[in-house]
Amino acid sequence: MFRGVFLKRAWDHDLAWSFRRSPVTVVAALVTAVCIAAALLSPWIAPQDPFDASALDLNDAFKPPAWQAGGERAYLLGTDNQGRDILSTIMHGARVSLGVGLASVFLAMLSGVSLGLLAGYFGGRIDAFIMRIADVQLSFPAILIALLIDGVARVALPSERHDAIAIPVLVLAIGFASWVQYARTVRGSTMVEKNREYVQAARVIGRRPLAIMLFHVLPNVAGPVLVIGTINIATAIITEATLSFLGVGMPPTQPSLGTLIRVGNEFLYSGEWWITVFPGAALVVLVLSVNLLGDWLRDALNPKLR
Amino acid sequence: MRKLLFTALFLASFSAGAVTLKWAAQNDILTLDPHSQNHATTHSILQHTYEGLTRYTKTFGVEPCLAVSWKQLSDTQWRFNLRKGVKFHDGSPLTADDVVFSFERIRQPQGTNQVYVTGINEVKKVDDLTVDFILAGPTPVLLRNIVDFRIMSKAWAEKNRSQNVQDYAKKEEIFASRNTNGTGPYLIRSWEPDKRIVFALNKDWWGKIEGNVTDVIYTPIKSDATRVAALLSGDVDLVTDLPVQDVDRLRKEPKLKVLDGQENRTIFIAMDQHNDELKYSSVKGKNPFKDVRVRKALNMAVDREAIKRVTMRGLSIPAGILVAPSVHGWSKEIDVFPKYDPAGAKKLLAEAGYPEGFEFTLDCPNNRYVNDEKICQALVGMWAKAGVRTKLNAVPFSNFIPKILNFDSSAYMLGWGVATFDALYTLQSLVRTKTTGADGSFNLGRVSDPKLDNTIDAIKIATDPVARDALLKEGLVKTRDEAYYVPLHHQLRPWAMKSNVTTVHKADDRPESRFARVN
Repeated sequence: MFRGVFLKRAWDHDLAWSFRRSPVTVVAALVTAVCIAAALLSPWIAPQDPFDASALDLNDAFKPPAWQAGGERAYLLGTDNQGRDILSTIMHGARVSLGVGLASVFLAMLSGVSLGLLAGYFGGRIDAFIMRIADVQLSFPAILIALLIDGVARVALPSERHDAIAIPVLVLAIGFASWVQYARTVRGSTMVEKNREYVQAARVIGRRPLAIMLFHVLPNVAGPVLVIGTINIATAIITEATLSFLGVGMPPTQPSLGTLIRVGNEFLYSGEWWITVFPGAALVVLVLSVNLLGDWLRDALNPKLR
Repeated sequence: MRKLLFTALFLASFSAGAVTLKWAAQNDILTLDPHSQNHATTHSILQHTYEGLTRYTKTFGVEPCLAVSWKQLSDTQWRFNLRKGVKFHDGSPLTADDVVFSFERIRQPQGTNQVYVTGINEVKKVDDLTVDFILAGPTPVLLRNIVDFRIMSKAWAEKNRSQNVQDYAKKEEIFASRNTNGTGPYLIRSWEPDKRIVFALNKDWWGKIEGNVTDVIYTPIKSDATRVAALLSGDVDLVTDLPVQDVDRLRKEPKLKVLDGQENRTIFIAMDQHNDELKYSSVKGKNPFKDVRVRKALNMAVDREAIKRVTMRGLSIPAGILVAPSVHGWSKEIDVFPKYDPAGAKKLLAEAGYPEGFEFTLDCPNNRYVNDEKICQALVGMWAKAGVRTKLNAVPFSNFIPKILNFDSSAYMLGWGVATFDALYTLQSLVRTKTTGADGSFNLGRVSDPKLDNTIDAIKIATDPVARDALLKEGLVKTRDEAYYVPLHHQLRPWAMKSNVTTVHKADDRPESRFARVN
């Protein structure tokens, strides 16, 4: 009974209504869901485990996609230079890409929102300090900052540990390269909210600043943050792919989509196009659909566009 | 009058016309110090600017270079007459003192080039243009050995506090590792690491270049695809290490030509056979590589034919021994390798006490040899079928080399080119028990077999060619049968160039710009 009511209310909600009305968004959501499911379930549903070295056979290398002459049913999208099934590597690669993308967005959100809250709520010197750092960082492209952090980490850490810690390093690099947007948005909204009556009331009854920020201000500034977050997932995936393509991201032993594209790129001239084209296409599809979802969310939550 | 002037100007510009050869390959040099690192790319650059007493002809005969003639006074004494009027690039003349100085310098233990003066006890100055080499014993391959023993100016080195060889493993930099002053046909104008090396013709060179190249720009381009793209777009004239997958396509390109040739380099896997506990592995308290059965198992579990066909696209010769066919000592009947047999390998491992296999880390360069990292990846898969779990640590060569020189590796991939074209060079550098000198200079897994040491020491002084060949064979076969190394293949090395470029293919993979012509 309760469930029925809940579903009914969700179905009638503004967001659900605008979602149903936009076929592009529905398709994007479906594609994203398929991508996420394929990535999450890859250890169980992928045709091959590309990380199990003993399952690979060099004699199966460079097989073209199944529909081409010389292709095999077992390898739908062909195989790479080590005999790995391309479809399986894409599924595993998407898992790494999505994981890094989500984790770095979460990190950026966490740091950006806290700093933005602090800056907006306290104002004065703290505000000036945080926002000047943000201004300086905004004058660099995010990818450069990520490269910088990644580069420093690579020099500072011993080389044999690079592969093991590639994921945390990437998450840190991409996360810290993109906190500014959140901080700016949250700071602006906080400055507006902090003078509202409900905040003043909370202050009068003696709540501490931290509690006010977390329980009163934050819920009221969270909307725009979620929108930026969704759109930034796509950006973070692209940044990760770029870093990996440049050879400073994920190592070939645990490839992300960007690493796969880089590895395949070497064989483009010699005619083995499928090694790079399919991971590239997967990246495009994934990023495009996440972006479309983000766009829809932004429009749907914008009262002026309703 | 004006017309005349114009013509004169035109002619002047024509005769002084600079001809530039833009040459690209995968990796950069390690140093400009000619006595520091025994590294093929470094030698192939430095041979343009530093010369030895002898040098190779195009077909790897020996011809006079800084020495004009030599005479064997006795079994252990050779007299070399130096060329008159040779000047270093700073204008100072070459004298016997420089040869004596260079000999003392190349012998210092922090370098890795002692192998080129192996068997020489002393270099004595007789007069300004004559030196005597005093040998430990008869050295039949002396003239070949000393090709890469390159002469540096004593006065220049002392003035710039570079009397001591750069200690590369300790990341030392000295004046001579950043600057050059040789006698050779080209001057090195600048070296920007990982970016470019610029050479200019030495107008005061004692010899005459056969080609017409006045300037050389060497660019290390790590990425295979980028290197090929640079050649196709005409940004570079010559590429000496082609990605194997692109060779067929480059052959079909009308603007380019491909010069085929063997390289005298063998790629192999070395294993730590010295430490009592294998450092980077799951095995505690012992070192599995000390057991010949384990080494044999790894050797059996390598599918060399598949590596040749798939990873190398046919551009390799599967190897069972450590020297390539162009090297003296090689023969077809000894260059055999075990049949690919993962099940047999598994059985051997079980006999050795590793029924579940074990795990170790393989260090591998990723920008040095043809498809080095991909071969290592393939090995990971092949050994996994025998139950051995390999962790791959593929890094750029400049990070890789200090690691293995400091014995900080449990197993590594290396390639060994034979500068002297004689198998003694390989056996002495890779198999002879390590000392501070030339013996075992790249025996970094520290193989030590006293019987083999005796054989190798006997080769050094053997004068009878038949007996010597028998000893070479014995050394190579014993190394093979004990599986001290896992040889993978001998590299084939096609070079590609624009169709207006001619040069001489060399099996030591060292293009000499004095032979090159750009039309």
